[in-house]
Amino acid sequence: MIAEAGLLLLWLAAGLALLQAVTGFAGLARRDDVVALGLAVRPVAIVHGVLCAVAFLCLIALFARTDLSVALVANNSHSAKPMLFKLAGAWGNHEGSMLLWLTILAIGGAGVALFERRLGARMLSATLAAQALLAFGFYAFLLFASNPFARLNPAASEGAGLNPLLQDPGLAFHPPTLYFGYVGLSVAFSFAVGALLAGRTKDDWRDFARAMRPWVLAAWIFLTVGIAAGSYWAYYELGWGGWWFWDPVENASLMPWLAATALLHSVSVTANRDGLRAWTIMLAVVAFSMSMIGTFIVRSGLLTSVHSFAVDPTRGVFILALLAIYIGGALALFGWRIGKVSSGATFAGISREGALVANNLLLSVILGIVLIGTFYPIAAEALGHRLSVGPPYFNRTAGPIALLLVALLFVGPLLRWRSDRPGRLPKIAWVLLAAAVIAAIALVATVPATTLLPAFGLALGIGLALASLVPLAGRSLRRTPGATWGMVVAHFGVAVALIGMASNAAFTEERLVALAPGQSTSVGPWRVDFTGVEPIAGPNWTAIEGGLAARYGDRIDRLTPQLRSFFTPPTETSEAALLTRWNGQLYAVLGQPTEDGRWQLRLWWKPFVTLIWFGGLLVALGGAIALVARSRVPGAIRRLVARIRS
Amino acid sequence: MTTRLKPKHQRLVLAIFALVAVVAAGLLAASALKDEAAYFMTPAEFAASPTAVGKSARLGGMVEKGSIVSAPDGLGIAFIATDGKASVRVTYRGIVPDLFREGSGMVADGHADETGGFVATRILAKHDARYMPPQLGAMPGETPDEIARTIEDPAR
Repeated sequence: MIAEAGLLLLWLAAGLALLQAVTGFAGLARRDDVVALGLAVRPVAIVHGVLCAVAFLCLIALFARTDLSVALVANNSHSAKPMLFKLAGAWGNHEGSMLLWLTILAIGGAGVALFERRLGARMLSATLAAQALLAFGFYAFLLFASNPFARLNPAASEGAGLNPLLQDPGLAFHPPTLYFGYVGLSVAFSFAVGALLAGRTKDDWRDFARAMRPWVLAAWIFLTVGIAAGSYWAYYELGWGGWWFWDPVENASLMPWLAATALLHSVSVTANRDGLRAWTIMLAVVAFSMSMIGTFIVRSGLLTSVHSFAVDPTRGVFILALLAIYIGGALALFGWRIGKVSSGATFAGISREGALVANNLLLSVILGIVLIGTFYPIAAEALGHRLSVGPPYFNRTAGPIALLLVALLFVGPLLRWRSDRPGRLPKIAWVLLAAAVIAAIALVATVPATTLLPAFGLALGIGLALASLVPLAGRSLRRTPGATWGMVVAHFGVAVALIGMASNAAFTEERLVALAPGQSTSVGPWRVDFTGVEPIAGPNWTAIEGGLAARYGDRIDRLTPQLRSFFTPPTETSEAALLTRWNGQLYAVLGQPTEDGRWQLRLWWKPFVTLIWFGGLLVALGGAIALVARSRVPGAIRRLVARIRS
Repeated sequence: MTTRLKPKHQRLVLAIFALVAVVAAGLLAASALKDEAAYFMTPAEFAASPTAVGKSARLGGMVEKGSIVSAPDGLGIAFIATDGKASVRVTYRGIVPDLFREGSGMVADGHADETGGFVATRILAKHDARYMPPQLGAMPGETPDEIARTIEDPAR
């Protein structure tokens, strides 16, 4: 019954999406009696969001109960799976993840309907109509090409299980986090399309930007956390010791993040200074387009990887058509209507705006490079060549530009709005930048076998860790606005992550050995004794566990890398063992036995590697501080405190 | 832009900047792609025209039955990669992936050596039916299973 209820709710939600679009467009009409219909758009959007969310809860319930008469559950779950993975299995497959996508889209629309109070009625109606049109296409896709609630007759006696690589607590949170980011950008897209549809409005463009900003910020925070979590997951789950592989699926999440980062900075120009109106609208369209392309890459089966579920060409064509309609339509609308958006305030080249434009251009160039590198192999394959574009391409092109962006961060946040002089900036910022560049050059020149990127990354990272704090200098820390704190924390996070990346690239030590029980080896400052292997059993797997005693100073720690064999489906995975210290991580992978009874071991000592993800989380934390500081929450707390005091 | 521009003109200047950025990205990407794109090759293609020594390439094929040889120190292997038409000797130092075994599909990243063999720096194995290197699935007209059968039964 739950499956039928879920399907019914989906159909109802699809109908409401249509109604939301109709009432939204009615709000744009000329005749007053039609415009009155548009008043219904807010409640419709809210009910739509609730229905879709309940449909998703139905699917989760089916997975929780392991209802094997539902095809999706039978194909992707198993009664012996731990509960967390049963629940996570609801979105660890194509149909479920598409339903999650839609649920977030619908809830986004409901959120705008509930909370948006700044925008005029016309722009709000147009925004909700755009959001509904987006949802409607994906409902069609779900209902006609990937029904998650399809029954299996007769019911399966046991489920097929879930890909063991995906049976990890990381899976429970990584996809939903990324999806909140991807789909959160749909709201920015709808604001942009809504503004274009509404045409000449009396709305203040600063209000438009301020309405859009929290959505961009929230989506960007989720994307940042999702990418950081995905990177860490790949780092410990794949057992290759790397944290970023420039895999197409990773790029698929990086591209919307780059666009959203640019949008986040340009929307602040529009919100503060009423500049860059057209550019902000364009970026909002691009950011969500990148999200959709990302989903398309991952889900269509065009690229097969651990992220792509069963390959079905009709679905790929369906999604491709949806993308063409939405992205092409939005870009055409932009070309057609942008003339109606009058130009905003101007600014001098050297100013905060100028620095933010430079930030946007550099991010756009990186985005272009990643986009080309990701899609070139697909385009080449269509022409009959098979090739792959790997890390050397991306590092060589995107790396230097990212470092340029970091250099800009030393001084950009110190510039005044509208117009400024380089000489007015605190000398310390210039000194730090010069020192970092000189240190990097000295490092490359004096230390043999130093490569450019890690040297510059390390020097600029350490310099920026200090320079990012300069905007706080000479201010009363108590009176510094929350948004400024957010910016400082985020930029400091960039520095921390950069130091981690550079340190990992420059100082990692690796050891590949085959050891018999009782033998030892060393890596970095560690001495590692191999104590032997023993068989162990988990809930749905058995494993061979290697025992390692790692010594560093007086302390001895135990590491237990495993080779796991899962029953359903029968697969083997390698579980790396990690030992985290404040100054780095020891990473151990158990390999195969050799013919003479020794075991292969691969060990890495990675100094300060954890800073990569810690920095990423700081970046997200900075965003969260800015989001909360600008919301109504601090005011509400202040009022509450005042009331308690009086 | 130190002098004040009219809003319209500033928009034009920004649009030109954006255009320049896009073109720059394209040129940068094109020049790097020329050097760095690794061509995916089947053993037949590799045997017919090996890439220049040291230039990165990607080789995809099946591990021939009975061909895996371990190095004396237990840390390296050598095997024959085949697509049923030609064979290439692949050497690799490191831990092979969990599902790397004889008769199954693999993709090796690496480069050619002087003797016409292939030195792999990373090996990817076919995981389960739902995860395999895309290039293996895309081999013209043949799924890895078919290739495996071809290898086992050359008469087919």
